[in-house]
Amino acid sequence: MKKTLLSLSNLTKQFDGKTVLDSLNLDIYDGEFITLLGPSGCGKTTLLRLMAGFEHPDAGAITLSGDDLTGTPPEHRPLNTVFQHYALFPHMSVFDNVAYGLKMEKRPKEEIRERVGEALAMVQLQDYMRRKPHQLSGGQQQRVAIARAVVKRPRLLLLDEPLSALDYKLRRTMQVELKRLQRELGITFVFVTHDQEEALSMSDRVVVLKDGVVQQLGTPREVYERPANLFTARFVGETNFFPGEVESIHDGSITVDVFGLKRTLRRPDFPVQQGQPLHVLLRPEDIRVLDPADEQGVAGKIVERNYKGSTLDSVIHLEDGTEVLASEFFDEDDPAFDYRLGEPVKVSWVDGWEWLLPEEADEPVHEDALTDA
Amino acid sequence: MTRWLPKVYLGLVYLLLYVPIGVLVVFSFNDSRSGYTWGGLSLRWYGSLFNNNAMVEAMWNSLWLALSAATVSTIIGALTALALHRYRFRGKKVLNGMLFVVMMSPEIVLAISLLALFLLVGIQLGYVSLLLAHVTFCLPFVVITVMARLSGFDESLPEAARDLGASDFTMTRTVLIPVIMPALLAGWLLGFTLSLDDVVVSTFVSGPSYEILPLRIYSMVRVGLKPEVNALGTLLLVFSLVMLMLSQWILTRSKR
Amino acid sequence: MPSITRQPFRTAVLVLVWGWLLFLVLAPNLLVVGASVMTRDPGTFISLPLNLDAYRQLFDALYLEVFLHSLYMAAMTTLVCLLIGYPFAWALSKLGKQRQLLLIFFLIVPFWTNSLVRTYALKMLLATNGLINSALMGLGWIDEPVQMLYTEGAVIIGLVYLLLPFMILPLYSVFDDLRQELLLASHDLGAGRFATFIHVIVPLTLPGVLAGVMLVLLPAMGLFFVPDILGGSRNLLVGNVIKNQFLDARNWPFGAAASIVLTITMAILMLAHRVSKQRIGEEGTG
Repeated sequence: MKKTLLSLSNLTKQFDGKTVLDSLNLDIYDGEFITLLGPSGCGKTTLLRLMAGFEHPDAGAITLSGDDLTGTPPEHRPLNTVFQHYALFPHMSVFDNVAYGLKMEKRPKEEIRERVGEALAMVQLQDYMRRKPHQLSGGQQQRVAIARAVVKRPRLLLLDEPLSALDYKLRRTMQVELKRLQRELGITFVFVTHDQEEALSMSDRVVVLKDGVVQQLGTPREVYERPANLFTARFVGETNFFPGEVESIHDGSITVDVFGLKRTLRRPDFPVQQGQPLHVLLRPEDIRVLDPADEQGVAGKIVERNYKGSTLDSVIHLEDGTEVLASEFFDEDDPAFDYRLGEPVKVSWVDGWEWLLPEEADEPVHEDALTDA
Repeated sequence: MTRWLPKVYLGLVYLLLYVPIGVLVVFSFNDSRSGYTWGGLSLRWYGSLFNNNAMVEAMWNSLWLALSAATVSTIIGALTALALHRYRFRGKKVLNGMLFVVMMSPEIVLAISLLALFLLVGIQLGYVSLLLAHVTFCLPFVVITVMARLSGFDESLPEAARDLGASDFTMTRTVLIPVIMPALLAGWLLGFTLSLDDVVVSTFVSGPSYEILPLRIYSMVRVGLKPEVNALGTLLLVFSLVMLMLSQWILTRSKR
Repeated sequence: MPSITRQPFRTAVLVLVWGWLLFLVLAPNLLVVGASVMTRDPGTFISLPLNLDAYRQLFDALYLEVFLHSLYMAAMTTLVCLLIGYPFAWALSKLGKQRQLLLIFFLIVPFWTNSLVRTYALKMLLATNGLINSALMGLGWIDEPVQMLYTEGAVIIGLVYLLLPFMILPLYSVFDDLRQELLLASHDLGAGRFATFIHVIVPLTLPGVLAGVMLVLLPAMGLFFVPDILGGSRNLLVGNVIKNQFLDARNWPFGAAASIVLTITMAILMLAHRVSKQRIGEEGTG
C-alpha cells in the first residue's frame, strides 16, 4: 500500500492573467521517483516552485503528510531543491556550500563536519571540500548541488532539470547516479525534465503536463505503450498514426479498416460505434517491413534509411503519401537485410502491438516543443 | 616586417604617454629650483610640501571629501542598482536615462547646473555643496559597476539560500552582499579616485571655506613652474597606482 | 519576486534615489534651460523678462569666432586621437589575451592620475626653456628655442594627452569583438586587404569610432584648465567661455545658453552612435 507524502489539490496559478496551472491535483507517494514531463511552458517548473515555496498558488492547497504547507515560506519547508544551474554560492567553498543548510539549523560544529563529510562522500567529492565552485567541472558542481540539498535529509527532493546543462555522456552517468542515490537515501524525488527519454528511464511514475493540465499519470511503460491521448503519444517517443475506421464490433475485439486492410484488433476501453473513425498508433519498432509480394500489408516505397548501429531506421512513403517510420533490429543471419532507396515494400505490424485512440479535437504539438530546448 | 610594426607602434604610443609622467617623477627629486636643469638628488620639495600648512590642510580636505563622497555614492548607488535590478516600478526608464545623462554630459554642464541650484536654493558653497556634487557625478559609475555584477548574478542563488533554511535577512547577509561585495569595493574605489581628481565641477561649487587639493594645484600651475607640484604629482601617482592595483586585484580575484 | 515584507524598504530606496536625482539632476538642468532664456541680473543672477538674447549673443562675431576656434581645436584633438587610437586599438586586439589586459591596465593608469598634474608635466616639456627645447638645442638641431607653449598646438597636445584613452577603449572593444572569421570570409570571397578594410572592418568598427568621438569631442570643448595652463589667452575653449560667464562676468543666461549648445551637440552625437549600432544589428543602448 503506497502512502501519500505530498498532496497537491486544485492548484491554480496565473501569471499576468495567463493560466499556468489549472486546478491541478496530484498525489506524490513516499519514496517514489516521480517525473514531471512536458514541453517548455507546460507549467512543470511552476509546479516545482510552488512545492518549494518560491511561488504562492492563487488557489488550492499543498499538504505534506496531512500538514498544510501552502502558506509556509521556503525556509520552513522540509524539502530541498536542486537548481537547474546548480545555484552554488560562488563565494563559499564546497564545504561551506554543503554546510550552509545545517548552519541555518544551528547544528553543532562537530555534527556539521560529520554530515557534510558523509554527504560529499556519497557523491564522491570528499577530496574537493576546500575548492570553490568555479574550480569544479559541471558534473562536479552538479554533485555538490545534490549533496547540499540532501545533507538536510529532506522528506522530498525537488530537481529542476538538473541534468540539462550537462553533455550527453555525463547526463547518462548522472542519471544512473541519481537513481542509485534515490534508492540508497529512500527520499522521494520529484524530477522535472523536458527530455522524455530521461523521464522514461529514471522514473517510477511520469506526469505528462501540457498547458498546466495533467495529460497522463502512470508508469513509464503505461505512458509509452498506452498513451492516454494524442498529445502524450506525440510527445513521448516517435509514433505513427494510421487513420482507421470501425468496420464491425465483436465481444472482445473490433475489426478496423486501415488503408484498406481489415484487421481485427483488441477492443479499446473507450466506447466505439460502427463507422467511427479512430487512430491506430504504432511505434516505429512495432512496424514490420515486408516483401512487396506479401499479401498482408500496405504498399509503399523506401525514401530514407538510417543505419543506427543496432537498428536500421527507415522512412516509407505509402501510396497515399503517409510517412511511416520503421525501426528494425538487425537479423544477422539475413544477409539481404537492407533496402535500396526507392525500393517497393509493404508495411504491416504485429497483431496486438497497436494502440487505439479516438479522434479528438486535436491541435498539433508545436514544433519547438518537441526539440530539446 | 609587418609582424613587428604593430608592436613598435604600441611601444611608441606608450612611450609618449609615459614620458611626461616619468619626467615629472624624476624632477620631483631634483635639487635645483629650476624646473629644467638637473641639480642633483634631493627630497627638499617633498619637505616643503609638508611644511606648507595650507597644502596639508587641502590634502586632508580632499581626502575627507573623497572618502565621504565615495562612501555615500556607493551606498546610494548600490541601493539604486538593487532597485533597478529587483523591482518593477514606473519611470524605471526615466531613472536610467537620468543616470546616463549625468555620465555622458560634459562635466562643465553638470558643474554650472549644480552651481545654479546651490546659489538659488541657498546652499553655502563648501563641504556640503562639494559632497552633493561629487556624489552626483560618481553615482552613475557605481550603479553601472554594481549592475554589471548583478546582471551576472544567478537569480536562483537567493532562492537556494531560502530553500536551505535562510530567512530573507540572513540570505541578504550571507549571500547577496558577499556576492556583490567586489563590485561595491570597485565602485567605491572608482568614486574615490574620480572625486580626488575632479577639477571642473569643484572649480564651480567650492568656496573659500573649504579648499581642496585639485584647486590648490590648479592655482599653482596656472602660472610658471612650481617644483612642489612635481613632488605632489608623484605622491598622487603612487597613491592612484596603489588604488588601481587594489581594485584590479579585487575584481580579478572575484572573477568566476 | 519582491516579497510583501520588503515593501517599506523598497519604498525607502525608491524615494531616496528619486529624490536625489530629481533634486540634483533634473532640477539643476531645468534651471539651466530656464536661465538661458532669462535676463542677466547683477543681484539675483537672473530675472524676467524671458528672451532669447543669450542665444543671439552666441552669434556675435566675437563669440562666434571663439566657438569656431574651440570647435576647430576639439575637432583636431578628436582627429589626432582617432589617427593614433585606431591603429593602436587594432594592434592591441591582435596580441595575446593576457598581454592585452596588461596593456589596457597601463593605458588606464594615467586616467587614474590627476589630470592637472599630467597637464603640468606637459608644460615642463613644452616650455620655451623646457626639456624638449633643451634637448633639441643640445643635439644641435635648432639654434634657438621654438615657441611651443601658449600655442594652439600646445592645447591640442594637452587635450590629446588627457583624452586618448577615451578614444582607445571603445575602439579596442569593437576590435576585440571583431571576429577573425569575418576577415577570412571576406578574403575568401575575393576581397583584398583594402576592400576588406573598407567593406568589413570600417562598418563594423564604426560604433566604436563614434563612441570614441563622443567621449573625446565633448570634453575637448569643456576642459577649461588645459588652455589655462598650456594655451594662453588666445586659445580658449567653450568651457573657458562658460566658466568666465558664470564665475567672472556673472552673465548666467549667456553661460547657460553656451552649455545648452554643448548638450545639444552631445545629443546629436549620441543619436549618431545609436543609429550606427542599430545598423550592425546590435541593440542600440545609446
